[in-house]
Amino acid sequence: MRTIKTAVKACVTTAALTSAIGLSGAAVAQEYTIGVSIPAATHGWTGGVNYHAEEAKKRLEALYPDIEITISTAGTAGEQANDLEDLVSLRNIDALVVLPFESGPLTDPVRRVKESGVFVTVVDRGLTEEGIQDLYVAGNNHELGRVSGEYIRERLDDQGDIVVLRGIPTVIDDERVQGFQEAIEGSEVNILDMQHANWNRDDGFEVMQDYLSRFDNIDAVWAQDDDIALGVIEAVRQADREDELFIVGGAGMKDIIKRVMDGDELVPVDVLYPPAMIATAMDLTVQHFVSNGPVLGEYILGSPLITQENAEQYYFPDSPF
Amino acid sequence: MSSVMANNKTTNKAANQMIKQKGFAIDLKTWGPFVALVVLALLGVLINPAFLGLDNLSNMLTRSAFIGIIAIGATFVITAGGLDLSVGAMAAFIAGVMIILMNSLVEQFGAGLTTVLFGVGASLLLGLCAGFINGMVTTKGKIEAFIVTLGTMGIYRSLVTYLADGGTLTLDWAVRDIYRPMYYGSFLGITIPVWVFLFVAIVGYILLNYTRFGRYCFAIGSNEKVAEYSAIHVDRIKTMTYMLQGVCVALATIIYVPRLGSASGATGVLWELEAIAAVIIGGTMLKGGHGRIWGTVVGAIMLTMIGNILNLTDAISNYLNGTVQGIIIIVAVYLQRASWRKAAP
Repeated sequence: MRTIKTAVKACVTTAALTSAIGLSGAAVAQEYTIGVSIPAATHGWTGGVNYHAEEAKKRLEALYPDIEITISTAGTAGEQANDLEDLVSLRNIDALVVLPFESGPLTDPVRRVKESGVFVTVVDRGLTEEGIQDLYVAGNNHELGRVSGEYIRERLDDQGDIVVLRGIPTVIDDERVQGFQEAIEGSEVNILDMQHANWNRDDGFEVMQDYLSRFDNIDAVWAQDDDIALGVIEAVRQADREDELFIVGGAGMKDIIKRVMDGDELVPVDVLYPPAMIATAMDLTVQHFVSNGPVLGEYILGSPLITQENAEQYYFPDSPF
Repeated sequence: MSSVMANNKTTNKAANQMIKQKGFAIDLKTWGPFVALVVLALLGVLINPAFLGLDNLSNMLTRSAFIGIIAIGATFVITAGGLDLSVGAMAAFIAGVMIILMNSLVEQFGAGLTTVLFGVGASLLLGLCAGFINGMVTTKGKIEAFIVTLGTMGIYRSLVTYLADGGTLTLDWAVRDIYRPMYYGSFLGITIPVWVFLFVAIVGYILLNYTRFGRYCFAIGSNEKVAEYSAIHVDRIKTMTYMLQGVCVALATIIYVPRLGSASGATGVLWELEAIAAVIIGGTMLKGGHGRIWGTVVGAIMLTMIGNILNLTDAISNYLNGTVQGIIIIVAVYLQRASWRKAAP
């Protein structure tokens, strides 16, 4: 049954594609299949991506009966490349929304998808080559670093000793750190050390423990990520040094947003880098098919500072992240 | 030394080897890991005097307890010629189930000791079962341990991700406060995880070197066929080593959960390799037949110490952390192997 259904759908879509574009508004009910390819939920943030992709699928399919969305998750870059091939050859997609596992290895597979005539939306991690995607939706890593740096600088009145916990050594991490360093440049804010905590709670805990035994005075911690921040909080609590410093994370994990909402002194703010951007990308991609407005170019989300005043609008208690 | 003695009881060959290797060779073989540890510690002090701070030492030993306890279990598995790659994923899975169970019991029993004890009990039971499955499938199913435990690794890893809905499972705050001393508390100035580590090490030492079970492990690891002809229940003993490993994983998880009160798909990633590395650094042979508990303990502490020292300095580029770790591990193993490679026939 299923194969017949896909075969029929394949015929319909190829027919639609080969015939003139003008047909799409005509009496023939045009169906669009949108493939969404995302990394598997291996850590908090990608867990959030999965959750928000599923939510968006439910919402969009209910709203537009002609749109069908299929989501596939991959554990590695190689697996994701296979997924892309399958989406084109088996599911006959009209549009692809892809959050690449890694930029480099997936650039070519995405290009091949594009060459088969599919509308391509790239999310979060840019491809290494320009001009492949039709639409690019991403958070702003540089901005995340800058906003965090500016907050810390302001809060410390331009002087103080801070420690930095970095993520996994990648472009994302580099951009954030660069933005941060630019923001504190020219001030007396002194970075005591930077170590990688790999966006991981356990690593955050251990690196922070070592910072605490190494430095007698720390005024602020830039954890860059909320998972790291949770580990940092425990280490600080263990050392009984909650009163001496504050922590700035990043992403918008519900546990951290909750703390900000409740006015936690240790975690006064957070900086947004939302996994829900996958939903934004899916929305825009659907608009390409249903709206008469053009959907092209880049859509870069802001990285606003989340404070006690505005925290509520970023709080999703049902999300796993 | 006494591990060599245990070997002696099992095979004559080992006895001959012992005579051949008298003197310095034996010393370095036994003390190799300890020497490496001392050298590493000296390096740590040179790099940053804060290394010797009481807090730092305590933090480091407490941290090494997870891998250490798991590695003690792994010493038995590897000595008996097996291998368990599933331990990291198993720890994550057990942690996940513990958290879900305790959270759901809060309604019935309140956030009290009963709830925590249920969690601890469930952990031990799960560890035992998981080990039993690994052991049975390996021995009765006659499948390579590498494949079986690679399979169960994938299963447990995805199960915990599924349980957490791809996110993170978090322990109820009230329960957490009661459970917290299990990691952060201390007795006679030494933290609870270190006591547990020490206890497991002593029990493991006795079990491996002074019991029939331990001698059987050596025998099976040396030559499975010969062990079978000697009327040893090879399958049963091997399954028991996996169950022991499961219990060790459960114990490690019991002290891990109160640390951050959470579990996710990222919990315990690569713990299996760290545990195996600790075992090998300690002088146990990967192909089986020879195991040393104290070596394993030192190996686990060394692995944690490397990470700790790297965190205490900014002289080495962060990107090269893995390189430093790799070099130290290889050198540490070379130190102890070099002497007895010459003595080998």
